[in-house]
Amino acid sequence: MIALNELWFILVAVLFVGFFFLEGFDFGVGMASRFLGRNELERRIMVNTIGPFWDANEVWLLTGGGAIFAAFPHWYATMFSGYYIPFVFVLLALIGRGVAFEFRGKVDTPKWIRSWDWVVFIGSIMPPFLFGVLFTSILRGMPIDGQMNIHAGFSDYVNGYTVLGGITVTMLCFLHGLVFLTLKTVGELQKRARELASQVIYGVLVSLVAFVGLSYVETDIFSNRGLVSLTFILLIVLSYVFAIVFLKHHRDGWAFGMTGAGIALTVSTIFTALFPRVMISSIDAAYNLTVYNASSGNYSLKVMTIVALTLLPFVLGYQIWSYYVFRKRVDGKDMIY
Amino acid sequence: MSELFLARLQFGSTTIFHFLFVPLSIGLVFLVAVMETLYVVKGEDVYKRMAKFWGHLFLINFAVGVVTGIIQEFQFGMNWSEYSRFVGDVFGAPLAIEALLAFFMESTFIGLWIFGWDRLSKKLHLLCIWLVSLGTLMSALWILAANSFMQEPVGFVVRNGRAEMNDFFALLTNPQLFVEFPHVIFGALATGAFFIGGVSAYKILRKQEVAFFKKSFNIAMIVAFISGMGVAFSGHAQAKHLMESQPMKMAASEALWDDSGDPAAWTAFALVDSKNQENSFEINIPYALSYLAYEEFSGEVPGMKTLQKEYEEKYGEGNYIPPVKTTFWSFRVMVGAGMLMIFTSFLGLLLNFYKKLESSDFYLKGMVWLISFPFIANSAGWIMTEIGRQPWTVFGLMTTSASVSPNVSKASLLFSFLSFTTIYTILAILLVYLFVREIKKGSEHTAHEDKEVAVDPFDQGAYL
Ligand code: HDD
Ligand code: HEM
Ligand code: HEM
Repeated sequence: MIALNELWFILVAVLFVGFFFLEGFDFGVGMASRFLGRNELERRIMVNTIGPFWDANEVWLLTGGGAIFAAFPHWYATMFSGYYIPFVFVLLALIGRGVAFEFRGKVDTPKWIRSWDWVVFIGSIMPPFLFGVLFTSILRGMPIDGQMNIHAGFSDYVNGYTVLGGITVTMLCFLHGLVFLTLKTVGELQKRARELASQVIYGVLVSLVAFVGLSYVETDIFSNRGLVSLTFILLIVLSYVFAIVFLKHHRDGWAFGMTGAGIALTVSTIFTALFPRVMISSIDAAYNLTVYNASSGNYSLKVMTIVALTLLPFVLGYQIWSYYVFRKRVDGKDMIY
Repeated sequence: MSELFLARLQFGSTTIFHFLFVPLSIGLVFLVAVMETLYVVKGEDVYKRMAKFWGHLFLINFAVGVVTGIIQEFQFGMNWSEYSRFVGDVFGAPLAIEALLAFFMESTFIGLWIFGWDRLSKKLHLLCIWLVSLGTLMSALWILAANSFMQEPVGFVVRNGRAEMNDFFALLTNPQLFVEFPHVIFGALATGAFFIGGVSAYKILRKQEVAFFKKSFNIAMIVAFISGMGVAFSGHAQAKHLMESQPMKMAASEALWDDSGDPAAWTAFALVDSKNQENSFEINIPYALSYLAYEEFSGEVPGMKTLQKEYEEKYGEGNYIPPVKTTFWSFRVMVGAGMLMIFTSFLGLLLNFYKKLESSDFYLKGMVWLISFPFIANSAGWIMTEIGRQPWTVFGLMTTSASVSPNVSKASLLFSFLSFTTIYTILAILLVYLFVREIKKGSEHTAHEDKEVAVDPFDQGAYL
């Protein structure tokens, strides 16, 4: 039997996998609206492809945050206070983006709509980048003291490795969003999305390879759990190679499965490489936060486990149903946003 | 300005801002669900138009409610990391459950509701809006369970310097939650009802779509009156409960420095002098405080000086008296607003019954102004509850000064405070602008807009 705090580590990982898989494509669609949309109507179609979903997708992040708070209070406290400024930016981006979807269609002037389109774009590109920076720097280690507090300088957050991590995650989401668009649109727009995806995917592969290379130098992901990491990385590369093939043959559903698998595996790699640590101290390994010293008591973990396992099937059920209801492509008719 | 001060300023302002939209969302979605139910049951088109028109306004508000909530979720870790370490075990659970149980439900079914008018059957579509309403209530229940723990800690033991949960059901059956939850919900329903009432009054004044808005007004006033009474009764229950759980807050909200004597008089007005710990002027209503505190016309209420001595013996040296003026006045503002709301909603029902509503210009104008009152009362209520609890974050367990993040600098705090304040100001302006636009357009327009099918871009030549 695995201990409850180990189980909760897995659950948190699952929530983040869900977040990056789902919100990943709607971040990607937000980015694509700038590169792909040739006019207001096309951008409107793109926003409408994610219209019914983006809020629920974001809740995966909120639940992930809540789960960390409940199961690993020290992790929650250390991470959120230690990454104060990056989180301020994430929040500003998410705020802007959320209201942009709702507000952009409310006033029918070009200036109004154009402004909100920019908010959608910036709000969609910043969070994945910042989350990329965040997770890479966590993997690399942060100056955490004996009181579990991070006292970091600028270069701990921003350096070549973390920026590359940020770019990689952003690219993964961008691609994922483009492939999502091939599933949800028709005609010219769909064709363009597919073409752009077929090009972007090589960029994704390059940044992934570079990222893995730097990780070898900067982190202990190969010495700590080498075989597992290596397997995961192989599978990631394989997913994207398959995605190239599927895109070429217009098997968009399969391609979407592959880019999704790529994201899911990337997040899983990071979490397995961390385990059993949740925050790595660059000062002294004794100051690491682990699933054992950062967790809640056994009683609350037990309660939370029962609650989560009872509720999760319902949540998954109605979310899948909602994707089923809106399975049709958005073709410019009855759009709301 | 200390880090503590900035952290409090930011927390207080972002939370109050969030709670401007929260009650309006809770109230409006409930009323929209009622309207759509009338549509499904009676089959009259006017109720569908009603659900759509007020639904539009609800959605604009909901979006702002959602995005301001995201900050709340992360703010505990960002600004109050010591607090999060200490109580995360107990406090994190309701927050996580709120996300899992309520936020998923709200966000999924709101998507289905917005985009599902033509894709779902009438009944299924109605179910969606009721599930959103249920979601908002669940969300309130769990976050208030967390807040109630801070007012009245239950279901935990302190082990290794941390509060650890040992009884989940105690958290859910917290007596504080039993009085706080109904009060907040009734307050929220009143907020939605006065919003609809005020907007309808404005349209009736302008003689636009009078029949439609009279109908809306009537539905709203029924809910307003019931929830107004509910707020008063549950508020009274809270005051009574305060006598047991936080007598210091009660004394502060009465500016009661010395013991009241028996029976206790209620102070309607006072010039508070916190430095000398006395009031230089008071207007008292005899017996009323005894009644508020004990439901009897006798009984003494302990004053702050007495309680301060008691607390010092119990918790060690320190100042346990919260900011008295703020607590005192926010309580009076809330109660005053509540009384006015009950009176005006009753009057509205009467006027409507005697078919005098349209000709009562003065009343209608007043109702437009009254839109702001529930918002003021809500904020005042939270200010009283939270400031009246100071110096504690968790009553009797942890002080606010011990809760703050030790590693977040003043510069960071100032930066975040200023950026949140800026973006909130922009949001507020946009929201009011959009509200006014939608309201001016009226219900015919929204219905028409929704029916209008956009050009098919893939139709040859549509945009070439
Ligand atoms: C009494 C009710 C109540 C109270 C006291 C609070 N909230 Fe709230 N919150 C809601 C009632 C609500 C709601 C009705 O469910 C919202 C507001 C309006 C809305 O659109 O949903 C919401 C939205 C909302 C969201 C966005 C959910 C989404 O994406 O769908 C988050 C993350 C929070 N809240 C978190 C908090 C936290 C951490 C609070 C404590 C400081 C808090 N709220 C106070
Ligand atoms: C949404 C309605 C709420 C409003 C408007 C509100 C408002 C406030 C205010 C005005 C303060 C005092 C700030 C100061 O002393 O300067 C405060 C403190 C606090 N509240 Fe609330 N509050 C609300 C709900 C909650 C809830 C639901 C929680 C917990 C789940 C909470 C947690 C706290 C904490 C941790 C503090 C301590 C920090 C401080 O003193 O500033 N609040 N809140
Ligand atoms: C009519 C008479 C009213 C009375 C006697 C009353 C009483 C109270 C009391 C005693 C508290 C503090 C509870 C505590 O600290 O534990 C409170 C809080 C509060 N009140 Fe009222 N109230 C009244 C009207 C209203 C109205 C009209 C609204 C809003 C529309 C409102 C909204 C709130 C809110 C949001 C809180 C903070 C949350 C809570 O602690 O429940 N109240 N009220």
